[in-house]
Amino acid sequence: MLEVDKDNFEAEVLQASEAVLVDFWGEKCEPCKALMPDVHRLAEKYGDQLKMCKLNTSENRRLAISQKVLGLPTFVVYKAGEKVKEISGAENCSPDSVEALIKEFIK
Amino acid sequence: MSKIYDVAIIGGGPAGLSAGLYASRSKMSAVIIEKGKWGGQTATTEELENYPGSMENPTGPKVTERMKAQAEEFGTECLKDEVIGFDFSGKIKIVKLSKSEIKAKTVIYATGARPMLLGAPGEVELRGKGVSYCATCDGDFFTELEIVAIGGGDAAVEESIYLTKFADKVTIIHRRDEFRAAKSIVEKAMQNDKISVIWNTVVEEIYGDGIVEGVKLKNIVTGEQTDFKTDGVFVFVGTKPITEIAKGHIELDAKGYVIADEEMRTSVEGVFAAGDVRVKSLRQVITACADGAIAAVNAERYIEKNFEHITLPDAKKEGGWV
Repeated sequence: MLEVDKDNFEAEVLQASEAVLVDFWGEKCEPCKALMPDVHRLAEKYGDQLKMCKLNTSENRRLAISQKVLGLPTFVVYKAGEKVKEISGAENCSPDSVEALIKEFIK
Repeated sequence: MSKIYDVAIIGGGPAGLSAGLYASRSKMSAVIIEKGKWGGQTATTEELENYPGSMENPTGPKVTERMKAQAEEFGTECLKDEVIGFDFSGKIKIVKLSKSEIKAKTVIYATGARPMLLGAPGEVELRGKGVSYCATCDGDFFTELEIVAIGGGDAAVEESIYLTKFADKVTIIHRRDEFRAAKSIVEKAMQNDKISVIWNTVVEEIYGDGIVEGVKLKNIVTGEQTDFKTDGVFVFVGTKPITEIAKGHIELDAKGYVIADEEMRTSVEGVFAAGDVRVKSLRQVITACADGAIAAVNAERYIEKNFEHITLPDAKKEGGWV
């Protein structure tokens, strides 16, 4: 799973021609960390069909805020540099809901 | 035939982890099923100053991590899965998981509670964009910004103090003229010059264009409506029980909490409840742990009375017990 940060976010996410899923997580976000093994499993399963990245907001706070992400966990799908769908909050982000989100954007 | 556990525990917060510890120490076979984060609500609580023995290194994630390790040390299985239903009709209880099921002689229902929504317009739309229910998760986004915290209980006041580590200013908005929170916490908050309070006031709307910009307030005594600019809104207005899957299986009260007696027995024989999910007057880590212990002991008594043998644990694990 590709790690994105303030240096490569523009190139890897915003400039990408295909849809990209970004997992916004943080070092103090326990629900994010609990979800991470499942996200990695989903990246293994669907990685060749949908580009999936993770962004550590603890180290890229301004970047997250510039993307209007101020709450965790948040999963955003970008297409042609625009947000096309997002889910946010511990109750809304489960292995099942993340998988459903991925499936929505698989060709 | 698949394994029949002595105890299946639903929920991996302090109540479930304590139940697992006590069950395993009584040499019962126990499994805890948790769908989200181990530690439950406590895992997102930074300060845990009211749990005895946790003065040093008292963060919620650390304490609950140790609780889980301790339960596992004595043989409790910790399973990450989602419970989707039950069959309590037979003597052996069936816990239905997403892709399989678990059979057990007893069930301890310890799913806990989750934060309640405020119910104001804009709240759902701006979640993750400035509206938050978790200070530890989202606090550092608001470094050097100004935020409001809504509520007047322990969580509201305690989390507001925590949020001053990041935010320049935290304004607590409370609908009454005094806090329900413990006096020591209130005192600490009042001495913090980053915290101010707006009393007798409710939030009628949270607004912003893709990100929180402010809240509309109403003073419930004078009726006066005001606009208050803010970068973030933390909602701590209480919790509600997680009992969607229990509905129709065990008796709940009007608010959805599980009705259980002092021995943690629910309306179904062999099914116990523990922790925040139960009808009770004080929902704290310490009372959740106590419930878990009581539930496990009574599960053991129930098994002794109703089943011929208690399933013995694996011989190879025997050496691990003291």
